[in-house]
Amino acid sequence: MAKVRGTGFAAVNYPTGMHLGGDPTQSLIHMTPAGDVVVTMASVDLGQGLRTVLAQIAAETLGVPYESVVVETADTDTGPHCTGTFASRTTHRAGNAVVMAAEEARKAMLEVAGELLEASPDDLETDGEGNIHIKGVAGKSVPVGEVAGAAHFAHGKSIAGRGAYLKPPSPMDPETGACDPDSTQAHACTVVEVEVDTETGAVEVIDVKSVYEVGQQVNPDLVKGQIVGGAWMGIGHTLYETTAPGYPAIDPAPVDFQNYLQPGAAETPEITCEVLEFPAASGPYGGKGVGEMVTNSPIPAIVNAINNALDVRITEIPVTPEVVLRALDEKAQAGG
Amino acid sequence: MESKLIRLTVNGREEAVVADPLATLQDVLRDSLELTAVKSGCGQGGCGSCSVLVDGELRLSCLTLAERVEGAEITTLEGLNETNAIVPLQQAFVENYAAQCGYCTAGMVMAAKALLDRNPAPSRDEIVEGLSGNLCRCTGFAPIVRAVEQAARALSGEEAS
Ligand code: FES
Ligand code: FES
Repeated sequence: MAKVRGTGFAAVNYPTGMHLGGDPTQSLIHMTPAGDVVVTMASVDLGQGLRTVLAQIAAETLGVPYESVVVETADTDTGPHCTGTFASRTTHRAGNAVVMAAEEARKAMLEVAGELLEASPDDLETDGEGNIHIKGVAGKSVPVGEVAGAAHFAHGKSIAGRGAYLKPPSPMDPETGACDPDSTQAHACTVVEVEVDTETGAVEVIDVKSVYEVGQQVNPDLVKGQIVGGAWMGIGHTLYETTAPGYPAIDPAPVDFQNYLQPGAAETPEITCEVLEFPAASGPYGGKGVGEMVTNSPIPAIVNAINNALDVRITEIPVTPEVVLRALDEKAQAGG
Repeated sequence: MESKLIRLTVNGREEAVVADPLATLQDVLRDSLELTAVKSGCGQGGCGSCSVLVDGELRLSCLTLAERVEGAEITTLEGLNETNAIVPLQQAFVENYAAQCGYCTAGMVMAAKALLDRNPAPSRDEIVEGLSGNLCRCTGFAPIVRAVEQAARALSGEEAS
C-alpha cells in the first residue's frame, strides 16, 4: 500500500454560440450630455466579467476612454433582446452587437464634432482619451464632452447607435445531418498529475497545466480567471461533487454545503495555463467564447491520471475513495 | 413572540432596532440596518458569506443571535473604512481578480481581515486555514489566496514606512 502518482490529459474543442432558431443579441448605446457612454443590454453578467468586456469593446470602437463607459445589463423586461448567457456566446454575440451600436454612435459623434471643428467627419480621429482631432492638424481638437453637450443643447441631435447581431438559423440537412451549428470554436488541452493513496482511496490533484486557444483575448486577466476557476470546478466534479450519493435513489440528496462536498483552497493545487491567440473572423476583435469549456478538459484529464496511476479503468465521476478502492479490488481479483 | 428593542454597536455607530428576540445578527444587519455586504449563502453556517467581526473575532452572523452581541463591537465590510474608501486588503482583491460573481467576496475579505489582524505575516498554509470556512464557487481560491498574500505584504510595508 502506497501513494502512487499518475499523469493524464484530455483535449476539448468547444463551440461558441448556437444556431437552432437563430441566435440574436441586440445593443443600444447613447451618450449623455456630459459625454459619458451608456451601453444598454439585456445580457447577464454572472461574474465572468461581461460588463468589463463590453465596456472595453464599446470604448475601443467609439474611441473614448474605458472609464467613460457604463454598461447597464440584465433587465430582460426592458433591455434590447439577448438570447442569454449560455453556450459561451455572450462575449461573441453581445460583443458583436456592441461593435455595431458603437460604430453607429461614433458616426453620429463625428458628425457633430465635424460641425464644431468645421471639418468633414472623414477627416477626424479620436485619441481614446476623450478628444476628437482633425487628422494631421495640431491643436485642432474638441473634447468629447463638448461634442455631446453641443449635440444635446445646440444641434438637437442624439449621439446614439443600435446594434443587432444575428447568427441565422441553420436547419439540419435531414439526409446528411449537416448544419452550421456554431460561429467559431475554441480549443484546449489539460495535463494533470495526481497522487492516489491506495490504502484510503483518496486522490490529491498535484498539478493542472493547460493550453488554451480562445481567439483574440479581449481581457487576458478575465480569461485566466475563467480558466483557473473552471479547472477548480473540474476538480470538484471529478473528486467530490454529486447531487445523488444514493444513485439511482435521489434520496438522500445533499441539501447543504456541509454535505455537498467541494474542494477548498487546501485541495486546490497551482493551476497554470498558456493562452494562444488565433483571432476568429466572426468575433468582436477576433474573440471567441471561453466560459464553459474550462471545466471540460480537466475532468477527463484527472480521471485519466487516476487510471494511469493505478492501472485501472474508472469511467464514472465523482471518483470518490470508495470508487478508487473498488477499482483496486476488482483489479486484484482479476489478477489473482 | 414579542418584538424587543436590541441595541448594537455596528461599525462604530450605536444602533437600536426593533426585532424578534430570536432574530439572527444576519437578519438585523441585512434587513434592519441595510448592511447588505453581509450575504446569506446558506443561513446555516456552511458558507462563510455572512462573516462579520464581533469584538475583532470572525463570526458567522447567521449563527449569532443579535441579542447576544449587545454591547459588542460589530464590524461589517461597510465598516472597514469610515470614509467608505477601498482599503489595501480590498485593493489586493481587485488587483488579483479575486472576485467573479462577488457573492463570497465580502465574507472572504472579513475572514482575511480577522486573520491579518491577529497574524500580519501569515504563511500560505495559514491563509488557507484562515479562509477554510469560506466557500467560493467561481474563482478556484488561488486568486483569493494571492490577494491575501499581497495584502499582508502591503500592510507590513505600510507599517514599516
Ligand atoms: S450564510 Fe452564514 S455561513 Fe452561510
Ligand atoms: S466570486 Fe462567486 S462565489 Fe466567490
